[in-house]
Amino acid sequence: MKKNILPGFGITMGITTLYVSLFVLVPISLLLIKTASLSLDEFITIVTNERVMHAYKVSLTTAFIAAFLNAIFGLLLAWVLVRYRFPGRRIIDGLIDLPFALPTAVAGMTLAALYGPEGWFGQFFQKLGIPIAYTSSGIVIALMFIGLPFVVRMVQPVLENLPKETEEAATSLGASRFQTFHKVIFPEIVPALLAGFSLALARGLGEYGSVVFIAGNMPMKTEVAPLLIMSKLEQFDYAGATAIGVVMLLLSFTFLIIINILQKWHRKHELR
Amino acid sequence: MTIEIQNISKKYGNFQALHDINLHIPSGELVALLGPSGSGKTTLLRMIAGLESVEDGIILVDNENVASLHINQRDVGFVFQHYALFKHLTVFDNIAFGLQVRPKHKRPSAQTIAAKVDELLALVKLEGFAKRYPAQLSGGQRQRVALARALAVEPKILLLDEPFGALDAKVRKELRRWLRKLHNDIHVTTLFVTHDQEEALDVADRIVIMNKGKVEQVGAPAEVYESPVSPFVYDFLGNVNLFRGRVIDGQFSFSNQAETTNEAVGYVRPHHIKIEREKTSDAVISATITFIHTIGPIWHIEMRRDDDTYIEVELNKEEFLLLNLQVGENVYVSPKEMKVFIPEDFSI
Repeated sequence: MKKNILPGFGITMGITTLYVSLFVLVPISLLLIKTASLSLDEFITIVTNERVMHAYKVSLTTAFIAAFLNAIFGLLLAWVLVRYRFPGRRIIDGLIDLPFALPTAVAGMTLAALYGPEGWFGQFFQKLGIPIAYTSSGIVIALMFIGLPFVVRMVQPVLENLPKETEEAATSLGASRFQTFHKVIFPEIVPALLAGFSLALARGLGEYGSVVFIAGNMPMKTEVAPLLIMSKLEQFDYAGATAIGVVMLLLSFTFLIIINILQKWHRKHELR
Repeated sequence: MTIEIQNISKKYGNFQALHDINLHIPSGELVALLGPSGSGKTTLLRMIAGLESVEDGIILVDNENVASLHINQRDVGFVFQHYALFKHLTVFDNIAFGLQVRPKHKRPSAQTIAAKVDELLALVKLEGFAKRYPAQLSGGQRQRVALARALAVEPKILLLDEPFGALDAKVRKELRRWLRKLHNDIHVTTLFVTHDQEEALDVADRIVIMNKGKVEQVGAPAEVYESPVSPFVYDFLGNVNLFRGRVIDGQFSFSNQAETTNEAVGYVRPHHIKIEREKTSDAVISATITFIHTIGPIWHIEMRRDDDTYIEVELNKEEFLLLNLQVGENVYVSPKEMKVFIPEDFSI
């Protein structure tokens, strides 16, 4: 191996390996080891159980929809925060991070109260015949709340660093405002937007605390995978819980890899 | 296409960026806006392009008031100092951008666009680079792509904001020669901003010298260099030695008490100074050589006067060898050519 010119490679690499092992690799390995106590048949029976399959479906669709909506509105929010100067901008900017700080259970209870049949918002939706709490819409709302900061915080710095000149160049070449956004600005923020989307998605797939309060948790309808894992644990079925965990892990991993490939493909122009 | 600038002023808060600018730029000329940073030259250029709003005064391009048009309808080619290329697009798509964003009924066919881009690539000598991305090009190549992109829309006028500012000295020189040649071929009215007096003198048909938001002088390169109208212009266009003195009966005379008398200041270029070993008349100044160094064919001699002010003299090799000067020697200098400005009203 060639000697690196930057000093400290040995020690920082050592710490990195140790850290990743302690906090990521070892726990995940344990998960796999625990699952391995099941025979393959048992494993397949557990993870393909009808109730479990429904839970995957609920988890995946709600997380996808929430991440997608967050990508749209997160981009909008980031745009407003970066491009316009208005009183209260800094307050809004600070509020964005609140979902990170709030205990998820508190968030879940608050949302359930708001969107419940008698809640402030819920009663109107109830009248319109669209119940929110205790349906998958409720799950989506909880996940949107949880995932919002990811998109905003990924996109915001990229937007801030976009040179004003490229936009001016586009306008001086005759591009309309929409064309400038669509052809010049948007391609620049796509990687960040994808990164924010994938973080929100990953978070949504694993979210438990805020969802259980608003989801209603009806088996085959509004039961998410993390909740199933929880209930298996409560029945001391550790192997069953880890089996579902492994499937979720594989799913998340696949999505993250796909999104990574998308980003790479999009950034082809940066490669030499 | 002519550019007509009438009574243009611009304020940013309390800062007066431009004071009442009047300028006429004839069709087909290559004009330099020259000035130090903060002189308002870029502001003026951006106002002509429509990148800054016009509040006081009128700018007419081709006899049309530009304030009434949005920038994307002005037919102005603008080139930025840092290229401002679209880095996610290939060179081809960068150059084609201006044609591709046209509304459908005005947009040329794909073949026409491809032909136009090929033609421009040949013009900027970048054939074979069409599929590259900006990140794969050198600075000089990027700026040529930026220029081709601006020319693709066949602009009425071409505006360049410090186009060579980000390039190294050798590439800069090459590119400005090339710009000059390009301009001779396509004859579009071109206005470029620079703070480099050599660049302006080298390339432009005419130079507009700006200082503190005002136009100091407009003229051909030789004209502004040979007869500067103000000390600022004289100072800005090259190195200069100041001799304080007074004007008596229309004759400038040196004063050896520089602090007490400063009724007039003589401006002398370093290569307009004669060095002698013997005192031949009273109109010479005594000085001691403190430093001698050479840059290429030019010898720079620094000397200190008795009143502790410094004089810089430039000699060519023959002159230097003939005199055979040494550091520490006492010599007598006199100006061969001098321009006198009286500080109060800056006239002779």
